[in-house]
Amino acid sequence: MLNSVGLSFMLLLSAVGAAIVERVGYDYSKYHPMPEITSWMTQMEKDYPGVVSIVDYGKSYEGRTISLLKIGLNTGEKKKAIWMDCGIHAREWIAPAFCQYFVSQILQSYKTDTIMEQMMKDMDFYVTPVLNVDGYIYSWKDNTTRLWRKNRSPGPPGCDCYGTDLNRNFEANWGTIGVSFDCCSQTYCGTKPKSEPETQSVMNFLASRKDDFLCFLTIHSYSQLLLIPFGHPDFTATNYDELMTVGLGASDAIRKVHGMEYAVGTSPAILYPNSGSSRDWARMQGIPLSYTFELRDNGTFGFELPEDQIKPTCEEAYSGALHIITYAHDKTFNGAVVTAAATLWTVLLAVGVTGANLI
Amino acid sequence: MALRIIVILAALMGVTGSPTTTVRPETSSVDTAAHPNSIPETAEETGQNEVFSEEEGAEDVMATGELNPNHYPAQRAAKVVQHYLTTRYGSPYRLFGLQRVHSGNAEDVGDSGRKYQLEIAVHEIISNTTQKCSAEVFFPHGQKQESPQVQASCEELLNISTKAQEEALYQQYKMNQTLISAQNLPDSHGHIEPDTKPLWHLGIVASSFIMLKESNENTLYNMAQVANITQLATENDQLKFDCHTLLHDMVSQVNTHNYELLDALENGRKSKLFP
Repeated sequence: MLNSVGLSFMLLLSAVGAAIVERVGYDYSKYHPMPEITSWMTQMEKDYPGVVSIVDYGKSYEGRTISLLKIGLNTGEKKKAIWMDCGIHAREWIAPAFCQYFVSQILQSYKTDTIMEQMMKDMDFYVTPVLNVDGYIYSWKDNTTRLWRKNRSPGPPGCDCYGTDLNRNFEANWGTIGVSFDCCSQTYCGTKPKSEPETQSVMNFLASRKDDFLCFLTIHSYSQLLLIPFGHPDFTATNYDELMTVGLGASDAIRKVHGMEYAVGTSPAILYPNSGSSRDWARMQGIPLSYTFELRDNGTFGFELPEDQIKPTCEEAYSGALHIITYAHDKTFNGAVVTAAATLWTVLLAVGVTGANLI
Repeated sequence: MALRIIVILAALMGVTGSPTTTVRPETSSVDTAAHPNSIPETAEETGQNEVFSEEEGAEDVMATGELNPNHYPAQRAAKVVQHYLTTRYGSPYRLFGLQRVHSGNAEDVGDSGRKYQLEIAVHEIISNTTQKCSAEVFFPHGQKQESPQVQASCEELLNISTKAQEEALYQQYKMNQTLISAQNLPDSHGHIEPDTKPLWHLGIVASSFIMLKESNENTLYNMAQVANITQLATENDQLKFDCHTLLHDMVSQVNTHNYELLDALENGRKSKLFP
């Protein structure tokens, strides 16, 4: 009798165990090749029905689908939104790793964290784990391709090299500074603005929805920086002060996690001038909080960041991103929260008056 | 129940409170050019005849006087100091990273070039110690690339003694029956086998000679990878390594291949460009 109970118990345990292992099976502390990321996206949609959905929004030069995860608690209304994209530059592997971590974090935390739950009710998160799909796949090919940066479209007639720098191809002061017109260059900006299908995908998707987006975060490596618009030294964003203040707040949040320093400023001040970046284009569309994140490290390993640094890098970047996202949310939804807070004060006072011994 | 309300309320109040604004001194724009307050109405189309490459453009008006330590002029000069320290003091057991620039100053030296004075924090990665250094970097402004000249003083740099380990490794390599060789340090996933780590460091030392030589105010070099490092036969008590490294310049985003011969004595090293 005891034996059969014991056996049933063991079977039950192993079944539960297997279910748990399957659910937590994805290793966020490893770099994943594209097919694994695609399966992971499918799995996320399956695991969180009604919360996560895959949106295919474009095609790469080589004909692959570019997809994002749309994440939010569906209230049925048209919602405000947060944009995050990773892997616009193929070799920056820590960036797609961060997007995957970010998704897993917000999905884990909304169930217990009422602030995140509220944010998911008020906003949708649009996360593209790998924007430059062709480039990313190419960088996985072998040792000689690991440091590929651009997409994989062929050069214009007369130029033998492949690839356009997608982060110079957006319609934002295109071709004016920090670019090359030599198609072999790492910063080749393309034949014209929006010449690349990957660029078109983002621009087309956001163009009709730009009023919904509060925040545009584009994730890169390396250098440990938070860059604000604009890449051209002669142009300043109208909300420069806000961008700096919120950016510095994000940098403080990052430092609190593992002590890492991320400098904040415009690209021309901190790093180098550039034009045609997605961040600049997003800001010009009117998306107020537009940031480039440059993740770890400072050059010791550079693009080839060791896997044991994936988790700490993701943790600190999550903290920084959350600071910006929370600010964007609160700025927009402040009124509603104040009302809720006032209601709670009333309730609390009532409880305090009637049940002083409860606490 | 009441406690839960308090917690929720506290959380909400934290959210509704005005965000703390801490404006660091570093935000003052010391060296950005004057700019209008408005964003452009329309994105500029092509038809621009001039294209500013990374070598020109914003660098027209280079920073002079007190520098913002977070901005690129001080950062690029400080990186040169890192390369310099590596060529002088780097070893299989000593590896430097630029931790932070505390302050910087730049001044023109007539027409001959620009001199930077820096207070920086350097991180010795293996012992995980940080210390302050004072340094001076002079970038000559000639027709062709000339290597910058560096003076640096970091008193405590050599306090952590690596002599015993270096001696042991030197003997080990000298006595090698088969000459040691390694490729792809780090590999695509950032991994380096523990017994090849000293070779990675040697590759960094070798490429620091090149990075130092090739640096100017428009570059920011890091070594991306040791593609191949092969020990050659020891000669006159000097270990010899053939190094093929990949360098990454942050400003141009270019990766360059470099080939160097590194001669290493126990406590000294020099390199020559190969071929």
